[in-house]
Amino acid sequence: MIEVHNINKSFGEVQVLHDITTTFEKGKVNLIIGQSGQGKSVLAKCMVGLHEVDSGNVIYEGRDFTSMNRNERSQIRQQIGMLFQGAALFDSMNVEENVGFPLSMFSTKTSAEIKKRVDFCLERVNLSGKNSLLPSECSGGMQKRIGIARAIAMNPKFLFCDEPNSGLDPKTAIVIDGLIKDITQEFDMTTVVITHDMNSVIEIGENVIFIYEGKKWWQGDRRSIITTENPEISNFVYASEFMKEIRQNIQNTRS
Amino acid sequence: MLKILFAVPSKWRILWKRVVSELEIIGISSLFIVGLMSLFMGGVIALNTAYQLTTPLLPDYTVGYITQQSTFLEFSPTVMSLILAGKVGSNIASEIGTMRVTEQIDALEIMGVNSLNFLVLPKIIAAMLFFPILIICSMALSLIGGWLALQVSGLINTEVYVLGIRSFFDPFHITYALIKSVSFAFLIVSVSSYYGYYVRGGSLDVGKASTQAIVTSSVVILMANFILTKLLLF
Repeated sequence: MIEVHNINKSFGEVQVLHDITTTFEKGKVNLIIGQSGQGKSVLAKCMVGLHEVDSGNVIYEGRDFTSMNRNERSQIRQQIGMLFQGAALFDSMNVEENVGFPLSMFSTKTSAEIKKRVDFCLERVNLSGKNSLLPSECSGGMQKRIGIARAIAMNPKFLFCDEPNSGLDPKTAIVIDGLIKDITQEFDMTTVVITHDMNSVIEIGENVIFIYEGKKWWQGDRRSIITTENPEISNFVYASEFMKEIRQNIQNTRS
Repeated sequence: MLKILFAVPSKWRILWKRVVSELEIIGISSLFIVGLMSLFMGGVIALNTAYQLTTPLLPDYTVGYITQQSTFLEFSPTVMSLILAGKVGSNIASEIGTMRVTEQIDALEIMGVNSLNFLVLPKIIAAMLFFPILIICSMALSLIGGWLALQVSGLINTEVYVLGIRSFFDPFHITYALIKSVSFAFLIVSVSSYYGYYVRGGSLDVGKASTQAIVTSSVVILMANFILTKLLLF
C-alpha cells in the first residue's frame, strides 16, 4: 500500500499540486486520471522521488520515502517497477539485456538464473524468443510490453505505469491494460497507472483518483465514475458527443 | 554532484565492463582521426619551421628540434585535446542528453541505480586511461609526419632531422604532456556529461547542449592549459 499525505509541489511561482492526500491499495490497479496538465504525472514523479515535494509525505508500507536519504531511497526503489510513457528502454541494449538489467545490477543471481528470469518475464508479456531484438526493431506495443517485463523483473511490490496506452491502437491498448491487471493480481502488487484514457478506466480502474487543477477532486471505482454527477468529472468522462449520448441514455434508463 | 559521481559502485564487475566498452567508444574509435591529424600537423610544423629558418647562423637540425618541442609541449597534448573535445565531447553530451529526454536516466534512477555514477564514471576512467595513449601516438605520428614532409620536399635529410629531435630532449616534457592530457580528459568528459545530464526539453535542446559542451570544454581546456603550463614549466 502507498499512502500520500498532504503533498504540495510548485515549479517556480506555479503551484502544480495542492495538498493531495490519498491511498493506493495493494493488489489493485489504482488509476490517477485527469486532463492533460492537471498534475497527474507530477504526482507520480513526486511519489517515486523524481521530483522532490515541497511538503507532505509519501509512505511505502509504513516507511516514509520523503524523509529518506539517497541510499535508503535506493532500497525502496529496488522494489518499484516503472513503465514509462515512451517505454524508456536502453537503446544500446537488446531486449534480454534491457529486461535483465535490474537483475544484473542488484541481484546475486548467476547469468543462467538471470536468463531464466528474463525468459519468464518475456513469456509473461507474450514476447518469448524476442531476446536478441534491439528496441529500435520493436513496435510501440512491443516496447511497452518489454517495459512491463523489465518493470516486473525484480518482482517489485509497487508498479507505476505512466500513460501505458499512449500512442497505441485500441486493440493493443486493451492487451496492455489486461496485462497490467493480470500482473497486479498475480504478483499482489500495488499498481499506480497514470492515464487519461477512459477505456483504461472502464477496463481496469478498481480505485480511481481524479485530479483537477492539481487537487484530488474525486476518488471512487470505475462504476461510480460513470454515474457521478460531479460536473468536472462528467466533462472529462463524457467529453465526446458519442459519450454524451451514452450518458443521456443512462439517465433515461434511470428515470 | 561529485560525491554522487564518485560514489563506490554497487558492482565493480559492471563498472569494469562499462569502462572497457567506453575505452572502445572514446579511445579506440579516436585513433584514426588523431593519427591522421597528427601526421599532417607534424608535416606542416616541420615545413613551416624549415621555411622560417633562412639564417645560416642556425643549424639545420633546429627544424627537428622545434618540431619535437612544438609537438611535445603544445600540439599533441593541447591541440589534440581540443579536437577530442569536439569528437568525444559532442558524443558524450548527445548520448547522455538523449538518455535524459527519453526518460532513460529516470528509468535508471527509479531502479535505484546511481545514474551519474553508472553513466559518467566509466567515461571519465576510460578517457583518463586512454587519452595519454592517444597523445603518445599523436607525438610519434607527428614526428613521423614531420620527417615524411621533409623527405618528400627534400629539405633536410633523416640524420639531421633525428639529431634535431634528440637534441636537448627533456624527459619531463613527456610527463608534462601526459599530465595535461589526463587533466584535459577529465575536463572534457565532466563538462560534456554535465551538459548532457542536465539537458531539458527535446532533440533541439540535445543539439544545443552538444554544441555548448564543445564550446565550454574548449574554453576550459585553454584556461587549464595556461594554468598547467605556468605551474609545471615555471
